[in-house]
Amino acid sequence: MSTLCACAERFGGVTMGRKLDPTKKERRGPGRKARKQKGAETELARFLPAAGDEGSKRLSSRARKRAAKRRLVSAEASERNKSPGAKPLPGKLPKGAVRTPGKKAAPALLNTTQGKKRRASALSSEEEEEDSEEDGLVNQCDLWGSEDSDADMIDDYGADSSAEDQDEDEGEELLPIEKAARKQKAQEAASGVQWSEEETEEEDESPKSGGKDEEVDGGLQINMEEESFVLPPVGEVENDILPEQRGVKGRRYGMAGPSRTWDRVHKRIQHIVGVLRDFGAQREEGRSRAEYLNRLQKDLATYYSYGDFLLGKLTDLFPLSELVEFLEANEVPRPITLRTNTLKTRRRDLAQALINRGVNLDPLGKWSKTGLVVYDSSVPIGATPEYLAGHYMLQGASSMLPVMALAPQEHERILDMCCAPGGKTSYIAQLMKNTGVILANDANAERLKSVVGNLHRLGVTNAIISHYDGRQFPKVVGGFDRVLLDAPCSGTGIISKDPAVKTNKDEKDILRCAHLQKELLLSAIDSVNAASRTGGYLVYCTCSIMVEENEWVVDYALKKRNVRLVSTGLDFGQEGFTRFRERRFHPTLRSTRRFYPHTHNMDGFFIAKFKKFSNSIPQSQTGDSAASAASNPDLSDLKGQATPKPESSGQPAQKARVAVKTKQQLKKQLHPKKASFQKQKGFSTGTDSELSSVPSVTKTQTSSKLQNSPRPAEKAKVISQPKVTGKRKQQPPKQSSKMGESLRQNGPSKGTDTAVPAGPPHPKTPKLKHRAQPLGRTPGSQKVKQQLPEQPIKQAAFQKQNGTPNGPKTPTESPNSSNRPPPAKRRKSQSRGNSESLLS
Amino acid sequence: MGCASCLYGFSSDRPVLQAASCRRRNKWIAAREAGFRIARKQLAADFRFRRLRHEDPVVQPSGKMRPLTEEETRVMFEKVAKYIGENLQLLVDRPDGTYCFRLHNDRVYYVSEKILKLAANISGDKLVSLGTCFGKFTKTHKFRLHVTALDYLAPYAKYKVWIKPGAEQSFLYGNHVLKSGLGRITENTSQYQGVVVYSMADIPLGFGVAAKSTQDCRKVDPMAIVVFHQADIGEYVRHEETLT
Repeated sequence: MSTLCACAERFGGVTMGRKLDPTKKERRGPGRKARKQKGAETELARFLPAAGDEGSKRLSSRARKRAAKRRLVSAEASERNKSPGAKPLPGKLPKGAVRTPGKKAAPALLNTTQGKKRRASALSSEEEEEDSEEDGLVNQCDLWGSEDSDADMIDDYGADSSAEDQDEDEGEELLPIEKAARKQKAQEAASGVQWSEEETEEEDESPKSGGKDEEVDGGLQINMEEESFVLPPVGEVENDILPEQRGVKGRRYGMAGPSRTWDRVHKRIQHIVGVLRDFGAQREEGRSRAEYLNRLQKDLATYYSYGDFLLGKLTDLFPLSELVEFLEANEVPRPITLRTNTLKTRRRDLAQALINRGVNLDPLGKWSKTGLVVYDSSVPIGATPEYLAGHYMLQGASSMLPVMALAPQEHERILDMCCAPGGKTSYIAQLMKNTGVILANDANAERLKSVVGNLHRLGVTNAIISHYDGRQFPKVVGGFDRVLLDAPCSGTGIISKDPAVKTNKDEKDILRCAHLQKELLLSAIDSVNAASRTGGYLVYCTCSIMVEENEWVVDYALKKRNVRLVSTGLDFGQEGFTRFRERRFHPTLRSTRRFYPHTHNMDGFFIAKFKKFSNSIPQSQTGDSAASAASNPDLSDLKGQATPKPESSGQPAQKARVAVKTKQQLKKQLHPKKASFQKQKGFSTGTDSELSSVPSVTKTQTSSKLQNSPRPAEKAKVISQPKVTGKRKQQPPKQSSKMGESLRQNGPSKGTDTAVPAGPPHPKTPKLKHRAQPLGRTPGSQKVKQQLPEQPIKQAAFQKQNGTPNGPKTPTESPNSSNRPPPAKRRKSQSRGNSESLLS
Repeated sequence: MGCASCLYGFSSDRPVLQAASCRRRNKWIAAREAGFRIARKQLAADFRFRRLRHEDPVVQPSGKMRPLTEEETRVMFEKVAKYIGENLQLLVDRPDGTYCFRLHNDRVYYVSEKILKLAANISGDKLVSLGTCFGKFTKTHKFRLHVTALDYLAPYAKYKVWIKPGAEQSFLYGNHVLKSGLGRITENTSQYQGVVVYSMADIPLGFGVAAKSTQDCRKVDPMAIVVFHQADIGEYVRHEETLT
């Protein structure tokens, strides 16, 4: 029986190969490793009969019977020859069942080769193939193969086919006999030893011996498959999976070779995802979702070689099925896209020119009038004369979106804060038709070289290229109509471009990025001129998909500046998050856009478009400490008062006064109700605005932040702290924001911050601060720690404590300050700054 | 000294303490400034030769960008005129705004006045490039055109050479143009005349110097050089670092 079955399999294998191919293709893991995977498949089959396999298994038993019948009753080849279509059917089914694993193992092989292999005792090695050919059985294989697919036949086996013609009749007659003989051979060769080995493996999971012959292995396992599929009930096998692998996987599969592991892991991933989709029904008893998730995460990390941290982040971001898609999409490069440079040519002309060079391309999409997507090219697409002449720029589809969102108009002043390598900058220039001015800035001098090259190549003449640190920006030049901030980021959206991201990022990197991004975004916002007739817009984009670098940063800016989010003007892409785990963001974050590799087939991207509605900086910057972001003013109240104020660049004094007034008003409102709460919680900076916002929301927000995100806040503090001091030393006379912050820390309360620099203590301030800090820190921080387990607030609380003794003074002092005109020095510095920017 | 730096917005470590002495010096500096203002007004007859604020050695001692000196202008114009002849005039007097040449890091940039004004805010060492780079002055004070100037040379070029598609590649790798690759050439091109090189599809590929006059080109054997290579757009890829 068994021999017969084996024969049937072999025959069927050929036909089956053809029919099942399309479905199988999906499951193939890494194509190159096909041969090796055979072993894994067999093993997997034992543990993991997929849903589809059950059906095939049933069929296989039937098929075997049929095959046996056929052989016994009629060994006549004529039938087969006459009705090739009919034959494959019975053969196909059984093989499908039994062979499934084997086939998967060698997916890349042609049907014909598969057939041969199967006959040749299902050995995968080429030697054996040759042997089989020699045997003369080849003929039949070829015949089968030819039936299956004519095209495949042509290649290598043409020689065989000639032999076929002679032997056709014989071959078929011989076939069953041959099968039997071969099977016996194989068994003998492989001998019982291997059987026993296999069994032991199954039972006690002993590590596989590395010395085992792969070929033999394959042969045996194929034989085994029948058994393994038949014998153990499906349910049991499935049940075994989880525990087994937990314990044994490392040892065993480490030995068995990578390809095996890969396929196995892949299968398991699919399985677990399937289970998790319908958890109630499909899970096995007594296993929690967490266990499954844990397992899945480990498997994904192994299979796609991600670091635990990033994978964890991604799991938070995507539902499971989408997660797998995303990871899969990151393994595939995005299509090459290019943007026509309309300064020099038209898209139709360019397309024609490139097609003439043997490039196969298409328009990118409805949304882009200049984009082209390249399918394949016979010439290097980055070195054609058209490229060198600047007729197009190689640019990812996602990189065009921010510029489209920015929608630059002609004759505007535009700042591209992080411009390298100049793709977006040149797109801006092309939309402006080379009018107006673009200031292309980047902090990296090396990368600026490519910017220079690209801009000149593309014929951009209206650009200035500088290499400032973006954070210096409003001081260097301000008053731009539009600003594009393509912030440096962790690059989690472009893993397909840079797979190193998978493992080399951790929490610190993300937060460091986020911190930098916040700083950049604030200075970008400050560089925008809200009074611009045509503009006043800012686009913030990153090639990261982390919430920390996107929504969080945007939300922070919304709290810190007089900006609001507006629609990006892109009709596709997914909406940004308004809530993510413990974080709650401003509802308008819905108008931001996220792009993913798996849904849009472009790099992961995030785009937010701001409209600046007032040049005044609300509530004089409270510094960069992220803790303050936790509970920051909803600006609605402040806006009400500050908004009507126009540009007022010439009247810093007024501005300051207004700011102070608003603050005081808030303070007054707030103190009676919230003072106690503030002190308890240790919030110094942000809480005063809590009243103005919807209370419930804010509270949840703050509390959740406290509980769940202690780390980021603390870190940001740590980062920002030394910087503050450093800057203060550099420019004490300038009443910079940092100065303001430091003063506030020591000073009695916020309301007074304008007064402080005016007063006599000015030169002393630094000293005062140093004195105050050590004093305050030791007792303060300790106390706070006792009161509150959360760390992030530590410093905020410490600030508060410094502040509290003086607190009562606040109301008395502040009115004075508000009436008093701002200090002369400050006026001077501010006016100077403005005049500089205006002067130009 | 500290006072002066205050006035000019340089950061100093100490807040301003020396009120009295400072005021005195401020007066002095103010007077000097006034003097400059008058002087500058007289100089400002032609914008192209006027010093902007950032070019004023007093106001911006570190500013590196400056207008060309007469000598430099002459050298550069001579070179450019080899390719575009009297069309050079069109570059200098443009209907769509004032354009001028500025020297920065030994490179000559051709920029619109509007852009120049914004660039005035950027300190010399932070300024990488502005407008279009025409070329650079060598240490021996000769002027060398860069391929980046091609955008302005090509439209105004007086003498042109078209090369066959098969020879494009070779030229873009920096080789001279051989007779075999020569597609067309402007009539009456004289020897050693600056020419702009086009592909047969009329894409400007670079520029060079005619090695032979048009007449000689007809007789010469196919492997002879007809155009000496000077710059080609392949340099955008080959010499990206040296473009600025």
